[in-house]
Amino acid sequence: MRKDLLILRRSRLLVGVLVVYPVAIALLIGLAISRGPSKPKVAIVDETPPGQTVQVGSQRVNVSQYAQQLFSQVQAVRVSSRAQAVQEIKAGSVLAAVVIPPDIATRLTSGVTQARLELLYNGDALEQSLVQSQLNSALAEANLGFSEQIQQAAAQAIEVLLKGGNLGILGAPANLVGLSEIPPALHSIIARQPPGPDRTELERIASFADFAAQNLGLSRKVLSTISQPIVVQSTLLHGRRTPLNTFAVVVAVSVSLMFLSVLLAAGGVALEREEHTLARLARGLVSREGLLAEKLLLAAGCAFVVAFAMLAGIGGFVSLDWSRIGEWLIALVFGALAFGALGVAIGALAREVRAASLLAFLLSLPLAFLALVPSGSVARGLYDAIGTISFAFPFKASLQALDAAVNGSSPSIGASLVHLAGLTVLFGVLARVGLRRLE
Amino acid sequence: MNAVLSVCGIAKRYGEREALRDISFDVGPGELVAVVGPNGAGKTTLLSILAGVQRASAGTVTGPGAGRAIGWAPQQPALYSKLSVEENLWLFARLEKAADPEAAVARMLEQTGLSERARERVESLSGGNRQRVNVALGLIADPRALALDEPTSALDPGQRERLWEFVGGLAQKGTSVLFSTHHLSEVRRYASRAIVLADGELLFDGSPDELIAANGGGEQDFESAFVAFLAERGHS
Repeated sequence: MRKDLLILRRSRLLVGVLVVYPVAIALLIGLAISRGPSKPKVAIVDETPPGQTVQVGSQRVNVSQYAQQLFSQVQAVRVSSRAQAVQEIKAGSVLAAVVIPPDIATRLTSGVTQARLELLYNGDALEQSLVQSQLNSALAEANLGFSEQIQQAAAQAIEVLLKGGNLGILGAPANLVGLSEIPPALHSIIARQPPGPDRTELERIASFADFAAQNLGLSRKVLSTISQPIVVQSTLLHGRRTPLNTFAVVVAVSVSLMFLSVLLAAGGVALEREEHTLARLARGLVSREGLLAEKLLLAAGCAFVVAFAMLAGIGGFVSLDWSRIGEWLIALVFGALAFGALGVAIGALAREVRAASLLAFLLSLPLAFLALVPSGSVARGLYDAIGTISFAFPFKASLQALDAAVNGSSPSIGASLVHLAGLTVLFGVLARVGLRRLE
Repeated sequence: MNAVLSVCGIAKRYGEREALRDISFDVGPGELVAVVGPNGAGKTTLLSILAGVQRASAGTVTGPGAGRAIGWAPQQPALYSKLSVEENLWLFARLEKAADPEAAVARMLEQTGLSERARERVESLSGGNRQRVNVALGLIADPRALALDEPTSALDPGQRERLWEFVGGLAQKGTSVLFSTHHLSEVRRYASRAIVLADGELLFDGSPDELIAANGGGEQDFESAFVAFLAERGHS
């Protein structure tokens, strides 16, 4: 092992690449997972007269306020005309443009015709899709806000109709009597009326007013249901909820652990073949099992140190539960050993360091991505196939073990550790079989 | 003669293919034995079995020079290129369990004439010097016998000359040396005995002069006699 450490120390470029590359890849993946897409730059052409408002019941909503809400999800660039917006799109300085027509307030106030925005965009399919989805989502959010305001205005009007008062609408009578006040007033009048057709008529009117007052009260609740017909209440079936940023940390550390351990172990074994020293060692100087164990331990040890340093380093920026450090270490050790075993198996099959490294990369990267495919995002049969492949390699088990260790998520760490131990043995045996053929 | 190595009925099979068939011979102390034959004759396989790198499918290798007591230098230098000459020697002195590793390293550096380059990394050495280190590793534990697989294949004439001087010196001190080679002129010049293999069979075991004599003798060189010998037995 001293010899291997010496060789590593003298291969600074290789070690540098081995450490920097996986860490960079891991950070990129972590960043991609933890952060949503950035806001696209969109030009806004506001053709409405300044200060124009939309009348909703007794309330007035400023059009520019609506637009501000609409464009909170994009990086808005104000431009003066439609032509300038087109120019900006063609120049590539903005991804799209939205034109707010001058008649938007009239249309919104009419309550009959829908207001229309004009969207101008360019770019490739990906950019088009990004703009459309961002603006659709912004529009949905703004519409929700707008409908909430309408609902509030309607509820206020109903309240005045029920309890009486001033509607605040131009032309409406002042100090209106409330619908709920009518039945008691009518009943006191009816009590003073002699029996006859007038009294019967008044009793009919009183019972209608009573019924109307009760049902108008119900309509306020109906309005709030219409403004938000579906609300979501989330329940996690098992384990603790894992924040996306700490899961991203787990993914980033697992990727680093995998690359370092697999590449070092594969390279270490392949180097013995490439330098033709394997045959010299195998003539009774070092047993093949001993040689594989030494390479595995060295690779796992280096990967463990780097992965733990990375986890501890990221812990300075992301809130991690340090009381679980014991579990972190166990998960990292088991993961590093399983990846090391996969690495020695690859190294035993390849005859050169370059071939071993390439094979390790070609195998590791897709496995990592496959393990991150969420259920339901692909067809059932394909997901089952992905699950089977992920089960046969250590990335998913290592990810689950580290996730359980860092975030206390499900499945439990014990099951993942047993899985990793099994894979370590399996790949160790494969490596031993691969070393049967020497020079 | 007390044999340092006694090879008896060695056979090697790779599946259906027979690489060696019933090979038997003895090697005495200080003998320089050339193992020659066309490509695929089984020379490397035979030397690998003698060195303990491969297991024979049948037969035995016995004697005081057998097993770990035989030194081995494979055809391609088996060295750690990132380590220095001294570090390579030191590593294998310890692995070969040399009685005094430090003395063994110093002795080999002196014998191979590489003392001045002891601290240089192997990757910076010429092909000739690498081969010298390769042979030195085979000798690090002071073995009774030495198996050299085409030791001069990558060397220029000057380097070959120096290597044979070194190997000849070892034989004079009593080390038995078996070597394979494609440079047939070296056989008559340096070997005391030649073993001819073809298609895994031992066809001849005797001195180079005996092989020449058996094929007409006279002024012809060893190479011509060897080619004629093989052709006569149906191996071109």
